Amino acid sequence: MDQTFLAIVFGPCDKCSKEKPLRPVSVKSEQRSYCSLCVEMMATEGLHENETLASLKSEAESLKGKLEEERAKLHDVELHQVAERVEALGQFVMKTRRTLKGHGNKVLCMDWCKDKRRIVSSSQDGKVIVWDSFTTNKEHAVTMPCTWVMACAYAPSGCAIACGGLDNKCSVYPLTFEKNENMAAKKKSVAMHTNYLSACSFTNSDMQILTASGDGTCALWDVESGQLLQSFHGHGADVLCLDLAPSETGNTFVSGGCDKKAMVWDMRSGQCVQSFETHDSDINSVRYYPSGDAFASGSDDATCRLYDLRADREVAIYSKESIIFGASSVDFSLSGRLLFAGYNDYTINVWDVLKGSRVSILFGHENRVSTLRVSPDGTAFCSGSWDHTLRIWA
Amino acid sequence: MAQAPTDPSSAETADPEESSPNMIVYRKIEDIVTRMQDDKTGGVPIRTVKSFLSKIPSVVTGSDIVQWLMKNLSIEDAGEAIHLGSLIAAQGYVFPISDHVLTLKDDGTFYRFQAPYFWPSNCWEPENTDYAIYLCKRTMQNKARLELADYEAENLARLQRAFARKWEFIFMQAEAQVKIDRKKDKTERKILDSQERAFWDVHRPVPGCVNTTEMDIRKCRRMKNPQKVKKSVYGVTEESQPQSPVHLPSQPVRKTTKEDFRKQITFLNMQIERHCLKMSKVAESLIAYTEQYVEYDPFITPAEPSNPWISDDAALWDIEMSKEPSQQRVKRWGFSMDEVLKDPVGRDQFLRFLESEFSSENLRFWLAVQDLKKRPLQDVTTRVEEIWQEFLAPGAQSAINLDSHSYEKTSQNVKDPGRYTYEDAQEHIYKLMKSDSYARFLRSNAYQDLLLAKKKLYSLEPRLYHKRRGSCSWCWWDGGGGLQLL
Repeated sequence: MDQTFLAIVFGPCDKCSKEKPLRPVSVKSEQRSYCSLCVEMMATEGLHENETLASLKSEAESLKGKLEEERAKLHDVELHQVAERVEALGQFVMKTRRTLKGHGNKVLCMDWCKDKRRIVSSSQDGKVIVWDSFTTNKEHAVTMPCTWVMACAYAPSGCAIACGGLDNKCSVYPLTFEKNENMAAKKKSVAMHTNYLSACSFTNSDMQILTASGDGTCALWDVESGQLLQSFHGHGADVLCLDLAPSETGNTFVSGGCDKKAMVWDMRSGQCVQSFETHDSDINSVRYYPSGDAFASGSDDATCRLYDLRADREVAIYSKESIIFGASSVDFSLSGRLLFAGYNDYTINVWDVLKGSRVSILFGHENRVSTLRVSPDGTAFCSGSWDHTLRIWA
Repeated sequence: MAQAPTDPSSAETADPEESSPNMIVYRKIEDIVTRMQDDKTGGVPIRTVKSFLSKIPSVVTGSDIVQWLMKNLSIEDAGEAIHLGSLIAAQGYVFPISDHVLTLKDDGTFYRFQAPYFWPSNCWEPENTDYAIYLCKRTMQNKARLELADYEAENLARLQRAFARKWEFIFMQAEAQVKIDRKKDKTERKILDSQERAFWDVHRPVPGCVNTTEMDIRKCRRMKNPQKVKKSVYGVTEESQPQSPVHLPSQPVRKTTKEDFRKQITFLNMQIERHCLKMSKVAESLIAYTEQYVEYDPFITPAEPSNPWISDDAALWDIEMSKEPSQQRVKRWGFSMDEVLKDPVGRDQFLRFLESEFSSENLRFWLAVQDLKKRPLQDVTTRVEEIWQEFLAPGAQSAINLDSHSYEKTSQNVKDPGRYTYEDAQEHIYKLMKSDSYARFLRSNAYQDLLLAKKKLYSLEPRLYHKRRGSCSWCWWDGGGGLQLL
């Protein structure tokens, strides 16, 4: 990041008229130059008293306009235009390589284990199953006390899973291989929300879990103690999804909600650092581009979109006239060139991320595709559906 | 484009229901079927067909619908058009006149359009009394084509048991409906009967068929104004109406406060200050990344020796588990320092190289701080102290090189220990390693030999690279298989 140095201006302060080093300051959307003492006073004294709701609203509006202007200056080209020089992708032959049957009702969520073959899946009937999807064997099963288990996640160590849903909680179950194991006995209640749990994810460790909820918040929890480490407020409605940034050093994550917004958060401070609102309906799924510089979203408005964090804007839309049902779940292939998206019309569409075109449409599921994740080494992706099954595609 | 959290202006919406996810789809389908039926603008041919002794009014063939969809929605593949058409049927907007199963076939099968009265967008939630009246009415009509299907007969039997007490009432209602129907024109009746049947095919589908009225429970809350929900086709509602569990009262919209606007203004100012990249630069960066990684993407470049899911052979995974890294894997470490740090074998090699240069304290500090952040809360204070002693305290064993500003900030942070105590220091060390240690590693013989496959890692007896075997709190060299991190 290049450093810019502020030139120090010396002159009469716009407020107290004293000759001092001045700092630029925005007062009621106008640029002023105040000395540091007056800046401090302005911050602490009740200058706010003179601000009415209307004046604040108009200030916000004018700032929005200014921001749009600034962003528009950087919009010199479209991604798909630059991508014209990129070689087109060949024909793809993607088929269902495994079908996992065993859930008694809609599959709502799934996650991969770091070993690239095991998965955990959860269903409307309260069942959470761990499979070795390579052999299609079920290895563990637990019945949750609630129905609609909308979220589940595999711990990085592969030794535990987390899940939750209408119980408003996120619980962690250690996985053991003892005979006659009763997984439910060792259950640990970690997160408590005031509405349904829509998504959960371990951070880089088994010791912290990030959750998203219908109560409009996200939260970070310490698994051992169940303590709330940080909460994230800002969505104006249910939060439906989240994804952690893939960086080794990053402390950010992105969330999407029923307020049509995707928000990027600083895990340390709990602050929202960037926000995007271009979808026309709920955002059901968000996933980072593998470099961590961008993320994709899937929405009930039947489109998927790509947002770049460095440009701070939407940079691509993936849509077709014939796709009218919502996208429920998205994920990238390892290189970021392909975007797999599961839809409520039972299909999976594969998009060329750079060129913006659809590469393939996959049929097979007999009801909505509710969840979709690419495996850790990118050799396959798994889709879960309301038709009670999961499919592995490669 | 950046928008502040809880953007006040988005709180008011014209009709909250129009924006509900289901309604969005319904309106799109309604647009399609309306266009399909508009003969002025190239709609499908809807005709009356002469059959045997009677006429079949107002029908269109499946293939006509498929052709129309392909032409008007730019669909290249007939299969895709059939799939979309079947979904439109399953939602209840078009139906086969001779089948309860709502699907579209690309042939001469006849279909009819559903009456707007019965459209799902009218928020239908017909109750079982209604269904009972319908089935009962059907048994009163003496036409062969209106005979109950097996599953309908079973449903009727079940309803007769459930509503045993009020069956007389239901029977009377059914009779009244039959009377009303008889008064209608013959052709009109044919059409209305079929539409009514199609309505029930949506709300009481054939066993085994998808029930498209099922809702995603997360979206139910905001869905319906209880007053707008239609519960009866025949004007009859059940006496005791328990509030449907999905109709939870929605929270009143919070009024925007001054504080909300202030927060928004702060956020917007922060966004305006943000240094952003031009689209052209961003595009180049995204393209460059995919081009660099495309050879590692099994969906684009077939995995070697094979993709386990396709060949049913897990050889690829066995190779990756072995600690001997392939050239391709070693090449990836050269893409960025993150790649080396992400790969356990890469991390190990990097650390060993630094040990050989007696400059591993930076990397060990970085790893220790990563580990700190993964600890349970109760362990944090102890670990913070241990890291301080090992790397930062005056006279520390593995003293790292921090500039005075960072050092001061960190010593302040240590007074209130937490997971992010060393965040600032870690960032500095990361940058230092990136420009210094990492660059040297890539130039080193150790790395180059692996890259050019000149040397294998574990060919000879294990060599001790760690200068203080067993005395560092953060890692120990086990002299055999690899570097272990506590």
